[in-house]
Amino acid sequence: MNSYSLTHLKELEAESIFVIREVAAQFERPALLFSGGKDSIVLSHLARKAFAPAKIPFPLLHIDTGHNFPETLEYRDAWVDQLGAKLIVKYVQDSIDSGRVVEEKGFNASRNALQTVTLLDALEELKIDAALGGARRDEEKARAKERFFSHRDEFGQWDPKNQRPELWNLFNGKKQIGEHFRVFPISNWTEMDVWQYLYQEKIELPSLYFTHQRQMIARDGQLLYASEALNKRPDEVPVEYQVRFRTIGDMTCTGAVLSPANSMEEIIQEVAASRVTERGTRADDKRSEAAMEDRKKQGYF
Amino acid sequence: MTEVFVEPEFTSAGYLDMELLRFTTAGSVDDGKSTLIGRLLYDSKSIFDDQYDAIKESSEKRGEEYVNLALLTDGLRAEREQGITIDVAYRYFATPKRKFIIADTPGHIQYTRNMVTGASTANLAIILIDARKGVIEQTCRHTIIASLLRIPHVVVCVNKMDLVEYKQEVFEGIRKDFEAFASHLEVTDLHFLPISALNGDNVVDRSTNMDWYQGPTLLSVLETTHISSDHNHTDGRFPVQYVIRPQSTEHHDYRGYAGRIAGGVFKPGDAVTVLPSGFTSRVKSVDSYSESLPEAFAPMSVTLTLEDEIDISRGDMIVGSCDVTPEVSQDLEIMVCWLNEKKLALNGKYTIKHTSREARCIVKDIQYKLNISNMERITDDNDVNMNDIARVTLRTTQPLVFDKYSRNRITGSVILIDEATNTTVGAGMIV
Repeated sequence: MNSYSLTHLKELEAESIFVIREVAAQFERPALLFSGGKDSIVLSHLARKAFAPAKIPFPLLHIDTGHNFPETLEYRDAWVDQLGAKLIVKYVQDSIDSGRVVEEKGFNASRNALQTVTLLDALEELKIDAALGGARRDEEKARAKERFFSHRDEFGQWDPKNQRPELWNLFNGKKQIGEHFRVFPISNWTEMDVWQYLYQEKIELPSLYFTHQRQMIARDGQLLYASEALNKRPDEVPVEYQVRFRTIGDMTCTGAVLSPANSMEEIIQEVAASRVTERGTRADDKRSEAAMEDRKKQGYF
Repeated sequence: MTEVFVEPEFTSAGYLDMELLRFTTAGSVDDGKSTLIGRLLYDSKSIFDDQYDAIKESSEKRGEEYVNLALLTDGLRAEREQGITIDVAYRYFATPKRKFIIADTPGHIQYTRNMVTGASTANLAIILIDARKGVIEQTCRHTIIASLLRIPHVVVCVNKMDLVEYKQEVFEGIRKDFEAFASHLEVTDLHFLPISALNGDNVVDRSTNMDWYQGPTLLSVLETTHISSDHNHTDGRFPVQYVIRPQSTEHHDYRGYAGRIAGGVFKPGDAVTVLPSGFTSRVKSVDSYSESLPEAFAPMSVTLTLEDEIDISRGDMIVGSCDVTPEVSQDLEIMVCWLNEKKLALNGKYTIKHTSREARCIVKDIQYKLNISNMERITDDNDVNMNDIARVTLRTTQPLVFDKYSRNRITGSVILIDEATNTTVGAGMIV
């Protein structure tokens, strides 16, 4: 009657929960990096499952660029409340005010790169030795090379040529003082897996993921939200479009897609039919062929 | 801007009910490994337009005649610059029947270490053979490693059939040679396929150039190989990973043992023994997040509660009582694949990680090195260097609860960690 086989989502879930529990067992002070996007929502949902009926034994950490969609923040607070978790927020604005970073200038200015400094400062200040992140290997070519347990030196840097071998399900979290780990429990999930899982688990999402009317600026093949934070060229006039977001990040560099999708099922159909990768809407990845690799080497997620 | 085309026949229901197959590819540098992966991704429509445009542009920049599908798999700046693959990368694709994870391993000098890494979690290995060259030393090495690592399914792809005029005799000759060699190994499920990765013959689409071949295409083999019995569902093994004790009034008395089932099936009422202490009890409940389950099996992550209050912590193993009992010992013998430039030290001390247990160990003896071209034992050479495989005897500071690797890949595997650098230096399979 039973063939003892698992669906791919069940198997991915089991693997991710295993990794999350390894983090809780191997490290003193972990934290879960939470952005309010669908990947960190899945990650925190898995963390809840991993420790139930107890609470998640580490805090969520949000690095707030100051350019978040208001819907994201509203969702974040409600979600954290529902999880019963502790939330720590660190602000890029504080790093700017204290002179740790300098705001980028020009029309393509973004606070995305500045986040790295705020993040590394936060990890150091809070003495976090393992930061869980929702990055996936299918997102980007440099991320395809990433380990589950990603070792970072005392400067928070990733060295792609000197990664630890990772075999079976034996994860080596040993480190020197001052070093830390980034851990990516949903490494093996694809965008499609994430959507199917959200659908299967009936998880509520920020409204940004569903279709809505929004004032947008079309720039270099991207649709950017005409928010206050976006530096506009004189000739750029906002136009209302019916859009939704496929990824949620900083308002100034996250592109939207034209879409009528109004439900999880419609989104899944849309993702299945799409011929463009999810990060095709991210201006920050398009700065150069190795943009993500370079950011990761500096200590980005 | 993204335009969206919706295929009306797509329903999410079917997609929620698929199995996951993990596979790895082996073959030397010019056997067409990257081309095959590129072809699988391309013909199964798993390459997105922006990815394709990017590699098309790169191919043109490099002055190449065709769009080089191999460029898809080289993600690092240094790899693109040098045109080589430095490290294992993971790729994903799906068909309406299954989801796939490819461990894409470099075929270069560091082949053993990389292949071991990719193979450790694989259900299936694809071994590529150049039809013009036939079974060569490299083929034997890869097959021996696949056999040592107990990859349950092996698919031998005789590639570049286009360069031997798609002749059946060539394919049959190679098949015969391979079968003769593999009969000495423990490879149980073996498939042979004539393909051309460059032209796409028998990869995703059936070849019109080889009417004499009546078998399935590579994709069809990947889609239909029976994998649910790759896990050991006989011997109950549950390494305790984390103890869950909620600090709340509602769950005040809850004490759950969280972990991932490494073998067998666990049900409420089952008699269990906790090792190494030897205490016995019964399973009270098998819990997942919101519900208690009637049963759970490998590789599920669950939380067990027991009927008796016993002292159990991370590193202990809960064992089903009616099965083959695991060994509990401080002495073990392993086949180790050495991963580091610094060679294995006889009498050296290392940290050993086995399931959720960590201990220290000393290398008591290096029995022999394995010639992985012909399986011969080399007994007069104690220098175990990077990529070498050797049989060694270890003594640990604490007893480990283990099975032979051949019986269970999870409870039979260990890693060795250098105590000074914290690097993982050895991958071991318990003999």
